[in-house]
Amino acid sequence: MKEPKMKKQHLKVSKTAQYKRYTRSKAGNFFFFLFLTLMGLFSVLPLIYCIMTSFKPLEELLIYPPKFFVQRPTILNYTALPSLLASLRVPLSRYVFNSVFVAFAGTILHIFAASAAAFVFSKSTLKFKNLMFAIVQLALLYNAYTLAIPQYLIFSKTNIIDTYWVYILPAIPSAMGCFLMKQYVDSSVPDAFLEAARIDGAGVFRIFFQIVMPLVKPAWLTLFLFSFRDMWSIIPGGTIFSEELKTLPQVMSSLTAGGIVRSGSAMAATVIMMIPPILVFWFTQSNVMETMSSSGIKE
Amino acid sequence: MRTNNKINTAKLRMTSARNMGEKMAYLGLLAPFMVFFIIFTIVPVLSSVVLSLFNYDMVSTPVWAGLSNYLRMFTGDKVFPIVLKNTLIMAIITGPVGFILSFVLAWCISEFNAYLRTFLAFLFYAPALIGNAFYVWQIAFSGDGNGYANSLLMNLGLINDPIVWFKDANYNMTIILIVQLWLSMGVAFLANVAGIQNVSPDLYEAGSIDGIRNRWQELWYITLPSMKSILLFGAVMQIQASFSIGSVVTALAGYPTVNHSVDTIVTYLTDVGTLRYEFGYAAAISVLLFAMMAFFRVVIGNLLNLFGK
Repeated sequence: MKEPKMKKQHLKVSKTAQYKRYTRSKAGNFFFFLFLTLMGLFSVLPLIYCIMTSFKPLEELLIYPPKFFVQRPTILNYTALPSLLASLRVPLSRYVFNSVFVAFAGTILHIFAASAAAFVFSKSTLKFKNLMFAIVQLALLYNAYTLAIPQYLIFSKTNIIDTYWVYILPAIPSAMGCFLMKQYVDSSVPDAFLEAARIDGAGVFRIFFQIVMPLVKPAWLTLFLFSFRDMWSIIPGGTIFSEELKTLPQVMSSLTAGGIVRSGSAMAATVIMMIPPILVFWFTQSNVMETMSSSGIKE
Repeated sequence: MRTNNKINTAKLRMTSARNMGEKMAYLGLLAPFMVFFIIFTIVPVLSSVVLSLFNYDMVSTPVWAGLSNYLRMFTGDKVFPIVLKNTLIMAIITGPVGFILSFVLAWCISEFNAYLRTFLAFLFYAPALIGNAFYVWQIAFSGDGNGYANSLLMNLGLINDPIVWFKDANYNMTIILIVQLWLSMGVAFLANVAGIQNVSPDLYEAGSIDGIRNRWQELWYITLPSMKSILLFGAVMQIQASFSIGSVVTALAGYPTVNHSVDTIVTYLTDVGTLRYEFGYAAAISVLLFAMMAFFRVVIGNLLNLFGK
């Protein structure tokens, strides 16, 4: 089956820049610029400070008054990490493995479950699908933190406390991922297209995996970004006790508790931790923007 | 005639068999998500309502408690009113401010070309993107003279002794609010950036013909009304984020904080539930939290309908 190239209307972004609207005042422009600069600094300075601190040698960490910029940069804070972060029984590599494993397992399962459900919500003939989707949409309000206590009871009743499952399973039914995917399927997969495939004899599974999934690639890349971001920084509250099952964010907090002497290494760990989500964002950002433009809640 | 009928019934049987099969396939595709959604979202919400009417410690059998858990929040618990107040202060400040900022920033950067816009969107989104970078605030606001904030203020002669920021009830709320705002340019911000790009240029053109004179009129009469559904999505995300402030507080200020000055419902819930095992009471608090969030969701849905009126 050949897939025709689809022209989506919302791909024709912003021609606004091309014609002049004659509605811009100088004072307004100045205010915009000032506001953007201030907010930009507020957003970025802490991150730059974080990077600066990660390259400071010990005497610069202890210097009074502290300087914003690093004078004699060193990578000692980074090279010291493996020994600082490893516990007696668990080497650093184990925490790295846990973080990577949990992030990918949770994210991939979430993408498949949410996409399949979104496809059904959008295109199936099932009764009650609108009711079910309305409930999913209501659940956008609640997240793992607000649901923590009843979820804790469920974890303990099902005996999955202190296993990988407490990271992975609750990530699968993220309402936001399913919601974003459903809105995107609505806006970018035409019914006629699926009907044609159906007449050609394609079954539901085949339609989903061979037609819908390739078409909604921007949306699952978006789900990848959001889910990966969440899973990468996950710190479960009171459900993981074994050192062997802890993830990087959990052991990092031991560094930050070490005070000013450890602050260089704490920031070095933070800098390393920021790299994966930033990479994911840069690889997915144009797809994310395309997906988000259909993210509205219609009432 | 007869053969025709036969063919029709056969066809009918085939289509109904196919419909059945398709129905099963759809259910099969729906199942993985819905099963876990029921277990980890619907059951928790519903069971909280039931559990809030009992006293339960996970070991002995639940004992009927009526509404006593709800009464206890306001009459028998000195801490709860404080954490409720803290949660509401944080939600009512970071919610609307974060929501408005996430729109205004998206609106400001929409003027630039695609490359610059993407770069600026990244800069504003970066704090939320990089999950645990908020630890840097602990160093900037460290309690001794080496903390950046302290040394700056001491150099300026504004203070003589370093302030232990996170342990001082006069300041810790302000700092938590700042950190939370720093983190609040998240999904809603990205949705706004994308949504503004998506407003049809024809609308702006028509607007300028209809006599729109400046960007504020354009914002009020064109941009905001055409983004109503995206704004509602952003508002829902913002409510979710601003009522579940907790992990940042615990990471920066610890638990419990001095006089419970920045403890929130979420951090208090962990205490009542997973440390003290008072699950009936914890469930009642959760139900109140769910109800507050749902209430603000309805209020905002109605407020957004005012745009362009």
